[in-house]
Amino acid sequence: MKPTTQTKKRRSTKRDDSPQPVHARSSRTMFPYYPGCTLKTTAQNFEDSALATAAILGIDLVEIPRWNCCGVVSSLVENDRMHHVAPLRNIIRTQEMIAERGGEIESRLVTLCSMCTNTLRRTNLFLKENPEDLEAINDYMSLEDNYEGGVEIVHFLEILRERGFDAVTNKVSNPLEGLNAAAYYGCMLLRPKDIGIDDPEDPTIQENLISALGAAVIDTPYKKMCCGSYQTVQDRYAVAELAYDILTHAQREGAEVIITACPLCAFNLDDRQKEVRERHPDFRSIPVLYFTQLMALAFGLGEDALGFELNSVDPRPLLMAKGLLAPR
Amino acid sequence: MTKIMMITKEGEAFLARIQEISGEAITACDQCGTCSGSCPMASEMDITPSEMIRKTQMGQQDVLSTKAMWLCAACFACTVRCPRGIDLSKIAEALRQISLRQAVDHIDIAGIPAPERARLPQIALVGAMRKFTS
Amino acid sequence: MRIGVYVCHCGGNISETVDVKAVAAAAEQRPGVVLARDYSHMCSDLGQKLILEDIKEHNLDRVVVAACSPHFQGATFMNVLETGSLSPYVFEMANIREQCAWPHFGEPETATLKSIELTNMAIAKAGLDESLNKKTMPIGKRVLVIGGGIAGIQASLDLADSGFEVHLVEKDPSIGGKMAQLSRTFPTEDCSACILSPKMADVPANPNIELLTYSEIESVEGYLGNFEVTVVRRSTYVDPDLCTACGLCEDACPVKVPSEFEVGLRDRKAIYVPFDFAVPYKYLIDESVCLRLTKGGEVCGLCQKACPKDAIDFSRKSEKIRFTVDTIVVATGYDIFDATEKKVYGYGEYKNVITALEMERMIVNGAAGTPIRPIKGRIGFIQCVGSRDEQVGNEYCSRVCCMYATKLSQLLKRSDPTREVYVFYTDLRAFGKGFEEYYKRAQTDGVKFVRGRVAELLEDPVTKSVTVKVEDTLSRQMIEAEFDLVILSVGLKPNAGTERIAEILKLTKSPDGFLQEAHPKFRPVDTLKEGIFLAGAVQGPKDIPDAVASASAAAARAVRLMNQGEFSLDPVLAYVHEDICDGCSLCVDSCLPGAISISSNVAQINETLCTGCGICIAACPLDAMDLHCYANDQLLAEVEAAISERRDGETRIIVFADDTTTYRLADNVGTGKLSYAPETRIIRVPSGTRATPALMLKALALGIDGVFVGESESKSSPYAGIGPALSRNIEQTRSILREHGIEPERVRAKEFVTIMLGGFVAQLNELTAFAENAGPVSEKKKKALKETLANGLPRAEAQVAQ
Repeated sequence: MKPTTQTKKRRSTKRDDSPQPVHARSSRTMFPYYPGCTLKTTAQNFEDSALATAAILGIDLVEIPRWNCCGVVSSLVENDRMHHVAPLRNIIRTQEMIAERGGEIESRLVTLCSMCTNTLRRTNLFLKENPEDLEAINDYMSLEDNYEGGVEIVHFLEILRERGFDAVTNKVSNPLEGLNAAAYYGCMLLRPKDIGIDDPEDPTIQENLISALGAAVIDTPYKKMCCGSYQTVQDRYAVAELAYDILTHAQREGAEVIITACPLCAFNLDDRQKEVRERHPDFRSIPVLYFTQLMALAFGLGEDALGFELNSVDPRPLLMAKGLLAPR
Repeated sequence: MTKIMMITKEGEAFLARIQEISGEAITACDQCGTCSGSCPMASEMDITPSEMIRKTQMGQQDVLSTKAMWLCAACFACTVRCPRGIDLSKIAEALRQISLRQAVDHIDIAGIPAPERARLPQIALVGAMRKFTS
Repeated sequence: MRIGVYVCHCGGNISETVDVKAVAAAAEQRPGVVLARDYSHMCSDLGQKLILEDIKEHNLDRVVVAACSPHFQGATFMNVLETGSLSPYVFEMANIREQCAWPHFGEPETATLKSIELTNMAIAKAGLDESLNKKTMPIGKRVLVIGGGIAGIQASLDLADSGFEVHLVEKDPSIGGKMAQLSRTFPTEDCSACILSPKMADVPANPNIELLTYSEIESVEGYLGNFEVTVVRRSTYVDPDLCTACGLCEDACPVKVPSEFEVGLRDRKAIYVPFDFAVPYKYLIDESVCLRLTKGGEVCGLCQKACPKDAIDFSRKSEKIRFTVDTIVVATGYDIFDATEKKVYGYGEYKNVITALEMERMIVNGAAGTPIRPIKGRIGFIQCVGSRDEQVGNEYCSRVCCMYATKLSQLLKRSDPTREVYVFYTDLRAFGKGFEEYYKRAQTDGVKFVRGRVAELLEDPVTKSVTVKVEDTLSRQMIEAEFDLVILSVGLKPNAGTERIAEILKLTKSPDGFLQEAHPKFRPVDTLKEGIFLAGAVQGPKDIPDAVASASAAAARAVRLMNQGEFSLDPVLAYVHEDICDGCSLCVDSCLPGAISISSNVAQINETLCTGCGICIAACPLDAMDLHCYANDQLLAEVEAAISERRDGETRIIVFADDTTTYRLADNVGTGKLSYAPETRIIRVPSGTRATPALMLKALALGIDGVFVGESESKSSPYAGIGPALSRNIEQTRSILREHGIEPERVRAKEFVTIMLGGFVAQLNELTAFAENAGPVSEKKKKALKETLANGLPRAEAQVAQ
């Protein structure tokens, strides 16, 4: 008798990633790039580290001209065409750039901020699936070119995944040995399913990056739990409680740093540690970095690219103690 | 709150309106509670997310005066887990819209103390304005 | 031709409205009619005797009875013909009670005119009746049962005990299936192994059963009465005749792998017996892990050296076994949902999250004195894991999880009341005999049932305890509590092997992935393939008594076909005018049961497979296909007779009514004395697709004003999947009408169920009103249509795309 068994198997964090497209093999690739508002202010260190590390990987991120705020969040009700206008304007800017630059630039718009990614993707998907709405919005935006539906929105992490994380490892000059890093995803990279860039209940894309940089992966089920998002505006202590759960659970698993791809998650997990300490005096601080900062560190880049001075919990003492960052 | 539930025509119309605005089959919810268990804000809420649906199903318009819908962070944890494939985030948005469409703002951004406002990143402020103001 | 016509008074039911003497008088004038009589009760002994005497005295060769519905007394009169040494198929009925006297009650003139025409139609059809005999095919007593779980075992034993020859094929090395792994059965708490093992032992002991374990079906060709089966029997590398199961080989074997039977909780060796009550109880070698068989050469071989009987032979090969059977019972069972797919519960990652099947084995091993791990503290069951969950693609309820969790929870609670036992559920479904009482017992024993579906589990990295996040939806409070052990009540899904078997046997699946029964109410264990039956959970999740009941039912249904040594075929079968057929094979593509093949450039009908739906007739561009009892010339003769008494300005509508639903619906309308347009003439057909575009067009060319096709709603149709063909027929007919400038709305179709009385009446009235308004089709257009028909419908149009 040989019944099909359900023997327990440990899930591998390695995933069979999608095959590399042809263009990825050429030495340098140019992508249209949408930064979004926050990457020009509180998250300037996210942009600086991303542009610098991308350049090292042969990826040139070219900022689209005259971009505007994506709206941050999507409208979730039926027939709310108005809220698609702001994201769509950015997509049309991208369409123009692709047309102007001919074949020298990719037809995919790269984003870094996970909220922008989500909002732009949601509008793009909605318009592709609902041609009548696209037509109506095109009509309404009479001063703009019509959107033809040819732009794709990708997150920078997806570009890394499709090129293979080995390409990242190849550029590592300062392997992050001995550093325990936990990935935090939050919501907008993962949900809803048709928008997310990875399995919503079991994402691995940032873990693969952590491994590629030589650090140890700390897995925590809280990595996909919401940080409270914009609720931080009306109730910072409610958000601090969520941050407390997320951070302390990662610490119990052994995490020394947490990485993220979202300036709002970063704010709630990093800045709000002040409020966490007010409520939980025993709480130990933990640095929260953008994944690109971790890359910049492993690539051996300098202060300009690392931008640690903008991090609320300063990671430098820890990194120096670990011998991963030269003392000043 | 009284223990007697009134079943009214207005309640039916209310349910129909929320179904229309959200585009979700609210009556298909079997009240399993997965949304509540997945909600990061549930412990802060006055009624649980599944109760928000239940009240809407039964046409109980007092759902509009509860805190719960304003605590939704649109994180879609409920969306990806609902065994009946119902998107609660859309239902909560529809309930908020009922209020906001009457030009009643839920928060006053200008009233946030200046130091705190300076600290908040734009995405937090814009996100909150989009969800909490008309 | 010598036709006798009998018009029945039905004790006044007919004669109070219809002038029966006028009907008989009109009939007597029709060509071929030698006598026409009216009588008070044709179905009475005296009425039957009247027909019998006439057959003898007047040498009748056709009989027409104008009376009630053929669904009432048709069989009676067919028996009379057989007694009179005539074929029962040279008989027609004109339904002047349900279709004239009752719906047109109080309108004697209308009812009489319609009765005359309906009788004329029956006479016209009878004139072309073939002298068919009931067809029978020989059938043997051999059955293939696929799958040796409790359903396969039950079906095999029932069949073998009834004297049938059973070939039981099981893919695993032992029979017993999932039931063998269970601790106790709900709600009676019998020891599962104890009640199952005697049944298992009965299988090899039964001289009528050939048991083939460790064997898989490779192919099945043929049809009812002649299924040719090829089975591959895998090598066990142990001669079963020599092996005494002494166990010395197992002691010697150095290879340990997780035991399938113990769901990986214990190990077994590479040479092993699956479990301690396996049938057959013989050792076998798992070739995928045996050192000698994976590495070759003279590696290891310790078992061979240890065997005192020299039973081990590494060169034994798998073998192919071929045999022929008459019927097949599919009992391939189910599999449990793979809990790793439900990632929020961390199965496979969290140390203290297990499946219910693992808990079954832990209880059995614990009771046997060899506990696997301690079970203590706070224990939670999570219901509906993999069931009723669109996020994993399974909408259905698995039916057994509520009760097995109720069982396991109270077994745990009762054996150690210090355990805190919780069951988290969405709905507790205790529908079976004794289930509700058993649920109450669990509650009384102190098991806590919490109404809420667990959203996620979180493992503490240090203590490995598991936090359960769930809403108690009854108190509307959030629970985040730590548990020492969480058991996932995993649902049932179709067995992986079922997929292959369905492909080999060409069986259809229902949306849940389980195999589809022929009819959900009346043929729950039949498949749409004649002679193939479903037993147990292969048809859908079942508990043990339901699986056993369905297995016994499947056995009985198979016996019904085989028991008399022959089975009779309905003579309503397609046939080919071989002189016309050019072998184009369009009919082959159209045939849903796959009954047509081309041989020597001519279509051949397999009468065992043909269901008599008539789709192929429309598919044939040459009119080479036809159907016994409902032949082209017969239906056309009925159409012609339907206007035999028409007076100027009168409208005539032909209703092709499928026998399963629409014809019976018309009977119900008549019984309900519901009036409808008397201009309608109903023609009985086996299915709506029998009304071919050519036939409908010919009717209109002859001067019929409108054609209506009534068909069974697909769920209740005996001809699965004909819906699209019917739509194509209607569309094609309408497009040709359009080309000829004739209103396409003159041709309509509708699917019915037999209670849609009002809908039926409304449809016929609407069409009649439409035709009346539109007026007759002009002579010129009819002429053009006739010319088109004479040239034959274009081939491309006649094509039935699959």
